[in-house]
Amino acid sequence: MWEAIAANKRRSAVLISAMVVILIIIGYTGGELFARGAGPLGLVVAVIIWAVMMGTYLFGSDSLFLHGAYFNELKKEDSPQLFNVVEEMKLAAGLDFMPKLYLIHDEAPNAFAVGRNPNNYAIAVTSGLLHRLNRDELQGVIAHEIGHLKNQDVKFMTLAAVLLGSIVILSDVVGRSLWFSGRGRRRSDSRGNDQAQAIILIVGLLFAILGPLMAQLLYFACSRKREYLADASAAQFTRYPEGLASALQKIALAGRGLSFVSKATAPMFIVNPLASVDDESASLFSTHPPTAERIRILRHMAGASLTDYETAFREMKRGNLIGGRTLATAAPTSIRAASADGPVQTRQEAGDMAYRRHGYLPLNCSCGLTINVPENYDRHEIRCVRCGNMLPIPVAQEGAAPAPAAPQNVAPLVYQRTTQGWESFRCACGRTIQLSPAFAAPHIHCQACGRAIAVT
Amino acid sequence: MLIALIVVIVLIVVAAAWLAGMYNGLVRLRNQLENAWAQIDVQLKRRHDLIPNLVETVKGYAAHERTTLENVTKARNLAVNAQGVADRAQAENMLTGALKSLFAVAEAYPDLKANQNFLALQEELTSTENKVAFSRQFYNDSAQAYNTRIEVFPTNIVAGMFHFERREFFEVKDEAQREAPQVKF
Repeated sequence: MWEAIAANKRRSAVLISAMVVILIIIGYTGGELFARGAGPLGLVVAVIIWAVMMGTYLFGSDSLFLHGAYFNELKKEDSPQLFNVVEEMKLAAGLDFMPKLYLIHDEAPNAFAVGRNPNNYAIAVTSGLLHRLNRDELQGVIAHEIGHLKNQDVKFMTLAAVLLGSIVILSDVVGRSLWFSGRGRRRSDSRGNDQAQAIILIVGLLFAILGPLMAQLLYFACSRKREYLADASAAQFTRYPEGLASALQKIALAGRGLSFVSKATAPMFIVNPLASVDDESASLFSTHPPTAERIRILRHMAGASLTDYETAFREMKRGNLIGGRTLATAAPTSIRAASADGPVQTRQEAGDMAYRRHGYLPLNCSCGLTINVPENYDRHEIRCVRCGNMLPIPVAQEGAAPAPAAPQNVAPLVYQRTTQGWESFRCACGRTIQLSPAFAAPHIHCQACGRAIAVT
Repeated sequence: MLIALIVVIVLIVVAAAWLAGMYNGLVRLRNQLENAWAQIDVQLKRRHDLIPNLVETVKGYAAHERTTLENVTKARNLAVNAQGVADRAQAENMLTGALKSLFAVAEAYPDLKANQNFLALQEELTSTENKVAFSRQFYNDSAQAYNTRIEVFPTNIVAGMFHFERREFFEVKDEAQREAPQVKF
């Protein structure tokens, strides 16, 4: 596995250097075209553009994805099963760090991984994913994402995207200045130079037009290759390729359409959220290989090792995927039996979890309806929209409870538990507090006002 | 003369760097292997820690399944005190079997099956068992990579010089692992 990363690094170095060369050529010829002898200056401009974009990436990328109310960090008590699946895959991959988990409240099933360094690795899943997949399938999806992290794809693809962006911007600048400045600026003092300049002009034009295209083709080819590689890793980690295959099928059938996805973030997802099911062909400009093809390769595997994936890959497509050095050390492995576990969560549970993370207070009416009360609802009861009953909103009462080290002038608060499951109530200050089934301490502290509330 | 000297020095430096690279690669693989081994221990210990809780919870609902409960406790104590790899593997397998029959017995108690605490413990134990299996899998994958590395040219020269030795795989009989053992009362 360490070998797989080494092979990846070599290949990535080649790709990155190719893109750097394109950037340099466009910069140099661009400068040379602008004013004779200004080639080095153009080079400097190219490097500055790249450095600025790189800087924005380095200092702003952690919050690039996981910002806003759309993402919520999950704690273990929210979904013990999801956490366990992630930890199992972390062990199978031999990652040193447990990635953070985020929930996206969205019906479209999808997942992605982010993080440059092991200590800010994160995996995000949608609530739609959790209630659609069973444990084996979820394991496949998580293993695919962990595969991305293990192969350091996130780091590399962002680096490549930054370079690609720089090339596009630079060629745009060169192209425009060529168009507008025209030939008037080109003054030559001798014929030999004139000829040389013509060559530079042609090369510059060629690169300004074709450079971004070539860079894009390289970028997308690499992105697709890394999807296959992550699939191969997933099969190896889970020893069960069918799990991922069946998950991919469900994800593809359920439709996509995540509202926050842009072209820049699309390559990070397990299935491209922007491509529609119908027009998903093996295009040179797609970030992901066709899902049907990925499924076919996974289902064609005779065992679960990287070698088996490589064999299946070669039978389906031409060319090879995994380096020989990696394959030499891969142990032959067989596919394990399916586990009998059902869906990871019910639709209701997945929805409740998302609402809880958003600070809603779920109230169960006796008619069977659950009402999610938002935090800024300031009355003490709420009318059930179906049966019309008034439901009191549970609030921690002031009472004579043994409060620990609380400020002396504040009356202690008490909340009495009624069930063993998730419970929500309000602090006297109005903040909604969620009690998990695993909560066993005698007190909980309000996040807003800091008061201790005794839980009995 | 001077040029020849420089060439020789450069060659020596390059060769040394190359050897150092191979050596470091081997050390990295060996550390990964040690880590993987430690993870198996962590997960096994975790399983031992969960069992008293489980036994207490089940007792409240299914007190007359005494033999099953005692079997679990006995198997756990054996596993905790087992010495040596072979002994431990056997004790852990026995514990796995005892737990399987406990969960099979629990199927007959709807109240127990609805208990949040029991469900949480069941999830934790099942997952811990998976974690043991996945840690072992990673250990074996790492051992395979490491063993191949120290046998192929040219790393075998470095491995021989610094006494990197083959590691055994952590084998568990597949049948004992996967199939539920026969429950006899």
